[in-house]
Amino acid sequence: MYRYDDFDRQLVLERTEQFREQVKRRLSGDITEDQFRPLRLMNGVYLQLHAYMLRVAVPYGTLRADQLRQLGYIARRYDKGYGHFTTRQNIQYNWPKLAEIPDALLDLAKVEMHAIQTSGNCIRNTTTDQYAGAAADEIEDPRPYCELIRQWSTFHPEFTYLPRKFKIAVTGSPNDRAAVKVHDIGLRMHQNDAGEVGFEVIVGGGLGRTPFVGKTVRDFIGKNDLFSYLEAILRVYNRFGRRDNKYKARIKILVHEIGVEEMQRLVEEEWAQIKDGSLRVDDAEIVHYIEQFAPPAFETLSDDDAEFERRKAENREFSNWVRSNVIAHKQPGYAIANVSLKPIGGIPGDATDTQMELVADLSEQYSFGDVRVTHEQNLVLPHVKKADLFSLWAELKNANLATANLGYVTDIISCPGLDYCALATARSIPLSQRISERFSDLDRQHDIGELKIKISGCINACGHHHVGHIGILGLDKRGKEFYQITLGGDASENAEIGKIAGAGFSEAEVVDAIESLVTKYLGIRETGERFIDTYRRVGMDPFKEVLYGDR
Amino acid sequence: MAIVKNDSVIDQEWVTLDAEADLPSGEENIIVPLARFKEERETLIGRNGGLGVQLNPGDVPEDLANDLDRLSIITVNFPAYTDGRGYSYARILRERLGFKGELRAIGDVLRDQILYMHRCGFDAYELKNDDDVSLTKVRAALKEMTVYYQPTGDGRATAASLRERRRAALKSAS
Repeated sequence: MYRYDDFDRQLVLERTEQFREQVKRRLSGDITEDQFRPLRLMNGVYLQLHAYMLRVAVPYGTLRADQLRQLGYIARRYDKGYGHFTTRQNIQYNWPKLAEIPDALLDLAKVEMHAIQTSGNCIRNTTTDQYAGAAADEIEDPRPYCELIRQWSTFHPEFTYLPRKFKIAVTGSPNDRAAVKVHDIGLRMHQNDAGEVGFEVIVGGGLGRTPFVGKTVRDFIGKNDLFSYLEAILRVYNRFGRRDNKYKARIKILVHEIGVEEMQRLVEEEWAQIKDGSLRVDDAEIVHYIEQFAPPAFETLSDDDAEFERRKAENREFSNWVRSNVIAHKQPGYAIANVSLKPIGGIPGDATDTQMELVADLSEQYSFGDVRVTHEQNLVLPHVKKADLFSLWAELKNANLATANLGYVTDIISCPGLDYCALATARSIPLSQRISERFSDLDRQHDIGELKIKISGCINACGHHHVGHIGILGLDKRGKEFYQITLGGDASENAEIGKIAGAGFSEAEVVDAIESLVTKYLGIRETGERFIDTYRRVGMDPFKEVLYGDR
Repeated sequence: MAIVKNDSVIDQEWVTLDAEADLPSGEENIIVPLARFKEERETLIGRNGGLGVQLNPGDVPEDLANDLDRLSIITVNFPAYTDGRGYSYARILRERLGFKGELRAIGDVLRDQILYMHRCGFDAYELKNDDDVSLTKVRAALKEMTVYYQPTGDGRATAASLRERRRAALKSAS
């Protein structure tokens, strides 16, 4: 894993000190709240409904054990004993005091962490496949490029006051687990005809009030040229992106309005002028970063472990967990273990201080001290010996972290909603809890199979409802919450924006509505079909009918 | 109001004209908006007295490509600090078009943006504070960070180049 050197360390310490001064100037009244706002936002400090909120960056979702332990400490010391993992693979704390935030940032800096650019109209935390470096289907580990993007984008002097926020995601696998097609820039690694590995560049995807699947502006950009190409896209966006209307300011609107061909022309024209400049990264430097993410010291093992098989045969609960939460690893004898932060009836993505500390300990014991945060708001121990899975599971289970529901109907993405968020129009957490309780039966969940429910508490779509197989959008109608259902969304390599099924449902009705959709699917699915497959085969009408009848 | 350049406060030696204002008959140093420069180019470059151009958001800095050696100053207006187009204009003027004159940030210029402006090629800042406060602010802003990841035209060594230098030194020492 990447370790800071003295340059990275110095930069974060200077930033921490700079923010301490800015907070001081704010508290003394030297700057107004209006002037302070962008400064705090660039440091991840939001003003929410009840309190300030601190969003800490987890670059490309990768954590070391000591970092996760420190996140637990910060939850206890500066918050109410918990944190919330987000769809940007970050963590946010809901109750810090402004005057104490500089100290919290200093505690983060001690473990090479920060809250830089987790908000504001700048380049946000770059996200990637949570199974990077472990997945059996990976072409190449995307993290070295993510780290290079992190550095290039951190305090970029030209791109810190963009028209709007800017999100980049990278996948190193053809099976896209990073939702790259719904990002401002999505990068998909693949091999060209010459056998070189590089990136397809997808621009202008996004959710929010105007969702778009991104469009390809370049089929292949080589690794050496990636950064000049990114700079060209950002410069075009910074110059020509709309600034007259905040809701039309994302790059997706620019791409939509001028068309992808014109976008391509502008980017290529800009790139031609800078491609041979100082942003070109040479092979030696790339190798240097690849080495930093070298695989851990795996043992040479047989892929079959008799003890593991015996445990599965003997213990149904364990085998259920393996079935849903354990994924194939590229190294024989190892597996990827997902730690669900979606206990039945729990708050999606929340973890307590002691849970974080426990997962940190377990990662040291079983996974080379490596932990990942997923954009679906779970944690991952990426490198676990199959022989250790049973002991790991037993310890997770004791801490209520072994819910066997990864990818199932209760593995819900949810934004914080009206319980915390100043922008929300409806609550999303209580609804996700109620759906989770309704489908709590594990056998039934397994029978239903993969079904991604995503809930947003407002049109800004932080809960990714547009790309949920079933998406739920919470709105407000004359002071009453109601929920609109979308169907057929997909965040994978087959990305699709879901379609609105029809009129919204009241809070009391919406869980029944979800249940009737699921029942319909179970009744009409063909062998092996997931909900999304059935939907694609039969279309909206059969589902609409169970929701609305003749209405 | 104060203008800070090269670690000191300088006098305002320029008169900025809008689209309509009459051209002064004498040898005053004037700055005109880009649109006016394009319309009255011949008259303006035929005058005695210094000439500068003001860029506003939405302007195309490349329009000045053939006239840069006639301009002593370009001011880039930030009507609101949140409008970051001027950062790109500055880099294009300095790094692509090779403008060597004064590049002055005007408008909503605040302490916490000055370092970014400097990195993009600005060398003068018009602040709304008095002389002493302005100078203190610019000085503080320019020294609070010492590590830079991005190569820009400002000449600061990037972390990557320093790392490379260090690796090379270690290699030759061994």
